[in-house]
Amino acid sequence: MTTVNPAPVIPDGRKPSPPAPSGIPQRPRRPNRERLHGLLMSAPALGGLIAFVGVPFVYAVVLSFYNVRLGSPLPPRFFGIEQYRRIFTDPDMSGPFLRALVNNLTFAVVVVPLQTALALGLAILLNRKLKAIGVFRSLFFLPVVFPMALVAVIWRLILARSGDGLLNSALHTVSFGNWGAFDWLGNGLTAMASIIVLSVWQGVGFQMVILLAGLQQIPGELYEAAELDRASPWQQFRHVTLPGIRGTLVFVAMLTSVLSFRVFDQVYVLVKGGGLDEDATRTVMYQAVTTAFDQHNIGQASAITVVFFLIVVVLTLIQRRVVRTGNED
Amino acid sequence: MTRTPLRRFLDYAVLSVPAFIFVLPVLYLILGSFKPSDQVLSGLTGFLPTHLSFDNYRAVLSSFDSDATGYFWRFMGISLLLSTVVVLGGLIVNSMAAYGLTRLKWRGQGAVFAVVLLLMLVPFEAVAVPLFYMFNDQRNTIYVQAVPFIANAFSIYQFAMFFRAIPPSIEEAARIDGAGPWRTFFAIIVPMSKPVFASVAILTFLTQWGSFLWPVLMVSDPAVRPLPLQMSVFQGQMPVDWGQVLAFGVLLVLPVLIVFAFFQRWFVQGVASSAVKG
Repeated sequence: MTTVNPAPVIPDGRKPSPPAPSGIPQRPRRPNRERLHGLLMSAPALGGLIAFVGVPFVYAVVLSFYNVRLGSPLPPRFFGIEQYRRIFTDPDMSGPFLRALVNNLTFAVVVVPLQTALALGLAILLNRKLKAIGVFRSLFFLPVVFPMALVAVIWRLILARSGDGLLNSALHTVSFGNWGAFDWLGNGLTAMASIIVLSVWQGVGFQMVILLAGLQQIPGELYEAAELDRASPWQQFRHVTLPGIRGTLVFVAMLTSVLSFRVFDQVYVLVKGGGLDEDATRTVMYQAVTTAFDQHNIGQASAITVVFFLIVVVLTLIQRRVVRTGNED
Repeated sequence: MTRTPLRRFLDYAVLSVPAFIFVLPVLYLILGSFKPSDQVLSGLTGFLPTHLSFDNYRAVLSSFDSDATGYFWRFMGISLLLSTVVVLGGLIVNSMAAYGLTRLKWRGQGAVFAVVLLLMLVPFEAVAVPLFYMFNDQRNTIYVQAVPFIANAFSIYQFAMFFRAIPPSIEEAARIDGAGPWRTFFAIIVPMSKPVFASVAILTFLTQWGSFLWPVLMVSDPAVRPLPLQMSVFQGQMPVDWGQVLAFGVLLVLPVLIVFAFFQRWFVQGVASSAVKG
């Protein structure tokens, strides 16, 4: 694994450089030259980041305080916190956004523990010396390389509402014909569960690989010592494995929670073509995109974006906190 | 610990069950792409095909045949072009920035690098709406789909972590030989940093190839539509020709699968190394 350690601190005093052939002292000129080249080398990337991340980010905050509509002949009008009041408390307008927030929270609350636990289980299964282990690792990782738009389409077929859908047909068989057709995507109760299943299928390999790297860093002697002490497999898991990957586990859980607030692709594809229950599955990003794109309401979409960003920042700060205190133990 | 044959058999058995469940949807996709369309949705009994043919692939390649529908090779070409530009451009621009920010000593570099780390917190989703507004008059162009994704704070971070571990004596030696910062970087640092270039390239390619949110906002014209967006459009057109949709899906994922097959080690390492942050 390419675990990179920070380079040793370079002492401040520079080693005297060998005298230049021309005899001109070079020392005072170097820092200036390095500054020029350092700036030149980083300029393209910094320019891009400022133009496509920094400026739009600030712009989102500004736009959220205005009433801006795409294609409207009226000039943008200062709106104060009206957009925020509307999406949070206006009885006529807050419905879809609050629903999106609740849906997204539900998604995160289910997916984070489920996907982390599943990833850990798979990583533990894979963490053994077998000839074909590489094949299995690739199989579990395979869905990660699938574009989400395609994943949504595959699952649209598996969960198809007719009796010919793969899942309905399988349930029909195992229930000896007692199971009829069920509309998994269109039913408000199972729509979100469907999105969760296909998202976990696509994403779990990613977390699994990270956890596997963590597991492989636990020294084998710890397990040998535990075995000598006649620790049961469960005790080994509880007292060697879990403490050994605590940091990685927390990292993975937090990463998953940030990712779970960015959900958009699969919901969009399945609402557009798959008869997915829109209200039961709209997410915060889905709401932002439809508000901007379909309703042309840039101001309100920006306010939603800002709320989205605040959620992500809070999650990231918690992650930093927890990982840091974890490392201090 | 030695493993008895019985133990080994059990290990394989335990691994095979989840592996089968994981592969099932992929199998369904591949088998379905070779089935006649009316047999794709045919329940459990129709899972294994009775009749296989390349008809769906032929149809996908030939049925997109006008400016109104777009052309298959055009979608593919757009996706390949966008990925190439974003990956290659990103490798050059972000590695250079990481070098300039971590290995050259100048006042303020620490502050600039800290800003880059802060920008890493901003996911693309948080700027999609204002970008959509800012570039609204440039919708349906190729460059507007690629340029915003070349500079990438996370790539800079990955390069910087790698460059920091290079011993300073290497650059000192280059300097004594009279090489300036640019030559030191391109002739010495880049060749010895292949692992980080490989994992950044693969992660960038993976993200860009599946990119969906930005094309949804910016592209309506079939002439500049990348594959994932066309996938969504195709499956939304009634009546759906399932055989063709799945064949299209296989062609969409095939380039990533090829890259995955050849560079698997880097995929996994790239992902694992992304976890070292925090």
